[in-house]
Amino acid sequence: MAAVSLRKVEKTYPNGFKAVHGVDLDVRDGEFMVFVGPSGCAKSTLLRMVAGLESISGGELNIGGRTVNDLPPKARGIAMVFQNYALYPHMTVYDNLAFGLKLAKTPKAELDQRVRHAATLLEMEHLLTRYPKQLSGGQAQRVAVGRAIVKKPEVFLFDEPLSNLDAKLRAAMRVRLTELHRSLRDAGQPATTIYVTHDQTEAMTMGERICVLKAGVIQQVDTPTALYDRPANAFVASFIGSPEMNIVSATLNDGAVELGGMRLALPAGRFNATANGAVQFGLRPEHIGLAAKPGSVAVQGALKFCENMGAEVFTYFDVGGVALSARVPAEDGMSLTTLPRGSALTLHLQMSHAHLFAADDAGRSLLA
Amino acid sequence: MSAAAEINDRAVGDDGKTPWLRYLLLGATAIVMLYPLLWLVGASFKSNSEIFTSAGFWPSRFSLDAYEKGWKTSTEYTFATYFLNSFLITIPRIIVTVISCVLVAYAFARFEFWGKKILFSIMVGTMMLPLIVLRLPQYLVFRELGWLDSYLPLIVPSAFATDTFFVFMLVQFLRGIPRDMEEAALIDGCNALQLLWHIIVPLLKPAIISVVVFQFIWTMNDFMGPLIYLSSVEKYPVSLALKMSIGATEEVEWANVIAISVVALIPSVAVFFAAQKHFIEGATSSGVKG
Repeated sequence: MAAVSLRKVEKTYPNGFKAVHGVDLDVRDGEFMVFVGPSGCAKSTLLRMVAGLESISGGELNIGGRTVNDLPPKARGIAMVFQNYALYPHMTVYDNLAFGLKLAKTPKAELDQRVRHAATLLEMEHLLTRYPKQLSGGQAQRVAVGRAIVKKPEVFLFDEPLSNLDAKLRAAMRVRLTELHRSLRDAGQPATTIYVTHDQTEAMTMGERICVLKAGVIQQVDTPTALYDRPANAFVASFIGSPEMNIVSATLNDGAVELGGMRLALPAGRFNATANGAVQFGLRPEHIGLAAKPGSVAVQGALKFCENMGAEVFTYFDVGGVALSARVPAEDGMSLTTLPRGSALTLHLQMSHAHLFAADDAGRSLLA
Repeated sequence: MSAAAEINDRAVGDDGKTPWLRYLLLGATAIVMLYPLLWLVGASFKSNSEIFTSAGFWPSRFSLDAYEKGWKTSTEYTFATYFLNSFLITIPRIIVTVISCVLVAYAFARFEFWGKKILFSIMVGTMMLPLIVLRLPQYLVFRELGWLDSYLPLIVPSAFATDTFFVFMLVQFLRGIPRDMEEAALIDGCNALQLLWHIIVPLLKPAIISVVVFQFIWTMNDFMGPLIYLSSVEKYPVSLALKMSIGATEEVEWANVIAISVVALIPSVAVFFAAQKHFIEGATSSGVKG
């Protein structure tokens, strides 16, 4: 029920290391925002700064229109779910949920009603008398979420809450948390959420908008679709999407890219007119196939190996010395798994989905 | 400890082919270590003359005379008074020790403040200091304060976390506890003191129990402190009273002394076993050997 805005927010540690470099970001009221990035990109630090667990070295942090830079965590109207749950081991689940309300001197009847409501919402009424050590990972995770819900915070903060769960449970909890966010919104108490993860799948499936971070600098903030279709630079392009986008060094020469001895014509109007020279050429594995599509370009490649995922096959090729991966539907690709290494194959590249990035370290996208 | 562990390791390496040998060796060592204690208990039932005539610990005739006589003492007070005195020193001292040491350890383990590293090393440095060098200056201070012949010199210093070994142990234990729970509690609305009371103290319980046990045993057994500061017999704790029954002018009734020694051991042993489970956990997980 509150917007969060960060203005030129910085974090410098006492030893002089600058972890967060002037972050500007607006999280809208009721929005589900995901911070994503590789390890060490300062996404957790940024979240902890919003929570008030890390001091802010520069800039301004607003929650619900108030500047909260120097307020303690409890005065910021936030609730946080930790990676390892951080339940109080000496309290029952009920007391874990009620602890914050007790400190706030909430009347007993209301406290009880709120705890039971949260327990019902998360289907854990039967766990209320247990101690944390008697809970499974998924149950502990639900209690941690419940502890955040009972407080009716203005902003929910999640710090990699699913990374300690096994893959199956993680997928289930992903859906559950997204549903919870939607249902709170439908119930008229939209909860602004900031969710930190290093997992791009979680980011894509859960976030309404995603903020991609690298080394304490925001790379791009946009909807999952926009990030996928129009990544702002080579880093975002390779981070979002699985398997990651093929990005190879190439030379731009009169409306075509040259790589590995091939010359691939670029669709007119897709890119800003740029001078001939070195660029990075990007194409997602799902846009390389064995079957011809309208506008695709055929090239010859040698098979390196396959990963059978069931519904599809991730295949890796060598095309004129350039390594490319392709994501092939099982009906086309199953035959590949039995082929010997080095078999020659024809690949079809959908150039209408191609990306070009500047050749420098920033790797800015050249999409028009 | 290390020798036993070595034997153990080797036996594990042997796939346990000769477990009886291991147990025989360990058992024999244990008996050698425990024999004086067994002898003490046995001798407490013997007559004074039998103590010096037989080496075995099993008495030829069980007699509780020594307990009865020893308990009465040669003074006007019974050992009930002396035990009460011991508890009057020990219990307040434990309470102030726990409170002060937990507070200081909390500060060292969880807060950043100016000069923290230097203060901590000074504190650890005082552990290396032989206590005896402090006796004289402390005595002079307490004399000026008019605290001689009272329990205050034995209790009050502990209220300022001067038992640095405990502070050190608690700090090490606290450093091993992840901070997430405290951060969660901060977000739940705790201030620093609520955090200490609701979160840290329950988590520190094993270490606090270790402090209680150590302080109980050490204070019960303390001889030097009471000897220096207490002069009236009615204020003597058990340790002094025991010595007094040896130091009497007539021939020493060793049977009585031994009987009361056995009784004097009971509180410490009882406290140790009552707290054993937590105590072991606290002493080992703090990385300090008990």
